Amino acid sequence: MAEIPLLSVRNLVVEFPSRRGTLRAIDDVSFDIAEGEVLGMVGESGAGKSLTGAAIIGLLEPPGRIAGGEILLRGERIDNLAAEPMRRIRGKRIGMVFQDPLTSLNPLYTVAEQLIETIRTHISCTERVARERAIALLDRVGIPAARRRIDDYPHHFSGGMRQRVVIALALAAEPDLVIADEPTTALDVSVQAQIIDVLKEICAERGASVMLITHDMGVIAETADRVAVLYAGRLAEIGPVRDVIQAAEHPYTQGLMGSIPTLTQTDTRLVQIPGSMPRLDAIPKGCPFNPRCPHVMDRCRHDRPVLIARGSKREVACWLYEAVREEVHHG
Amino acid sequence: MTAFIIRRLLQSILVMLTVALVAFALFRFVGDPIASMVGQETTLAERQELREMLGLNDPFIVQFFTFVSRAVVGDFGISYRLQQPVMELILSRLPATLELALVSGFFAFIFGVGFGVYTALRRGGWLSSSIMTISLIGVSLPTFLIGVLLIWVFAVEFQWLPSFGRGDVVDLGGWWRTGLLTESGRASLILPAITLGLYQMTLIMRLVRAEMLEVLRTDYIKFARARGLTNRAVHFGHALKNTLVPVITITGLQLGSIIAFAIITETVFQWPGVGALFINSVRFVDVPVMAAYLMLIALVFVVINLIVDLLYYVVDPRLRVDRAGAGH
Repeated sequence: MAEIPLLSVRNLVVEFPSRRGTLRAIDDVSFDIAEGEVLGMVGESGAGKSLTGAAIIGLLEPPGRIAGGEILLRGERIDNLAAEPMRRIRGKRIGMVFQDPLTSLNPLYTVAEQLIETIRTHISCTERVARERAIALLDRVGIPAARRRIDDYPHHFSGGMRQRVVIALALAAEPDLVIADEPTTALDVSVQAQIIDVLKEICAERGASVMLITHDMGVIAETADRVAVLYAGRLAEIGPVRDVIQAAEHPYTQGLMGSIPTLTQTDTRLVQIPGSMPRLDAIPKGCPFNPRCPHVMDRCRHDRPVLIARGSKREVACWLYEAVREEVHHG
Repeated sequence: MTAFIIRRLLQSILVMLTVALVAFALFRFVGDPIASMVGQETTLAERQELREMLGLNDPFIVQFFTFVSRAVVGDFGISYRLQQPVMELILSRLPATLELALVSGFFAFIFGVGFGVYTALRRGGWLSSSIMTISLIGVSLPTFLIGVLLIWVFAVEFQWLPSFGRGDVVDLGGWWRTGLLTESGRASLILPAITLGLYQMTLIMRLVRAEMLEVLRTDYIKFARARGLTNRAVHFGHALKNTLVPVITITGLQLGSIIAFAIITETVFQWPGVGALFINSVRFVDVPVMAAYLMLIALVFVVINLIVDLLYYVVDPRLRVDRAGAGH
């Protein structure tokens, strides 16, 4: 029997009812995150990366709602929980780091107040114990002189330092899963790597899994164990990060990889995918990528591709590989 | 911080001088004070003598300087109408107005914030919608009409509350007569306080609601939820505190307007405060009282502004830049 994954997302559908009909922002997305694993989630803006994260932690903003599928945490459904049990899961079992550290912290409370409040919400302990834990946490995320700086307000810290504080807050109650939604996008390039390292190290140390949402393939390559590629709210490809980067199978992923500059590259121009991602109210029939795909076939315009297993660890949603599978079956 | 206070004090003095100039200049045009002071049979020579005695023949600048230097020590001269020192008159009427203004300000703030928070959190609920609709009445009905309606319902129809006056008052230390310590005093306060505070309450309520909805959309509220904080902590610990920062300014300034606009309410309820005193002075062109009242209201606004700015420092740590090593 296979081990139960820490998080299992099954056929997730997220919809936004609007006056002009219901918009389907996430359509039939499935993936697992194993214990201690780092799953990277890439895609363009609007592909549904952040929405997937919000759906998992139960913070979809109305009128957005989960319209189908299920989300399981250690085998237990959490997508249909009532508000109060779901609140207990947030912070305690699933932590979240947001994009902009400048706006993630409440400006009117000191770092100590926010950390202690979070710790004491989930763990029953005295103020003094919580404070010691908070100092240890700040120290661990790399705030120099944590004991002295803990009583400072957020505006006393730089962007990179604030993101460290945010990470400390997200990890305060030792969650099993940390959803990091573009944790470095708003930061200086020089501190991005440090923040990713801190996040990765601490999570590894505590055995916490990470779902790393980003549009930066470089970050994924260095950090993630596996990567999931989203396009127009649908999963295009998922697999071990090394395989996907070295031999991308979905034409969209291939395009993404072609648009990353490398040092050894001799061409002067980067490859660009023609066109842009469809709007939610105009997703084409069949494969959503078909108008931009260089390998488009007749079938792609009518039938939506299903996820096709490629080896034991990879899956890709593209009709190009259906033929291959059939050949294997017949041969 | 000290530099800030000193700077603000200097600005306040400048504002007060400007108001003094306006008050002084304005009342030079409301008519000849001599004419209202003396009888028909006074001779021209006598008038001239009085004019000289009061300093009315001095150059404008000299008169203004005399006015300001006396005003600084609280001397606004003698009321033409009542033949009493103006300062004494105002001080004896001030407790009534301040009690009315503070009680209605308190009422406006508590209910304004309460309703504002409720309607923001329960957006779309039927009770919220009803409160919002009713609040339109508070905004759109003129104060005197609300006063008259309240008198009609509660004083005339139900006869629960008195319709005019201040009730029995208790003398505290000879300089403050309060109506808060007697039952009739408190009963008399209810209707005028509601009348005076209703507009401010709806204003604060709508402000709190808009501000709260804004704050609830911010990232730090989202992050507070993502950390699993209880709704109570998120709404009242994190959202409300951030909501109150701008609300404090408006509420503070509204307290100034409450005192200033008490004129209408005091007239409707025959409340023996400075507002009623002012209205009577206008009728008799009692220039010293009018000038003093104008200065008093300006002083109230200036002082409240100063306090509001200082409160900002208490509430918002970002303004306290006195720390070394900020922005590490």
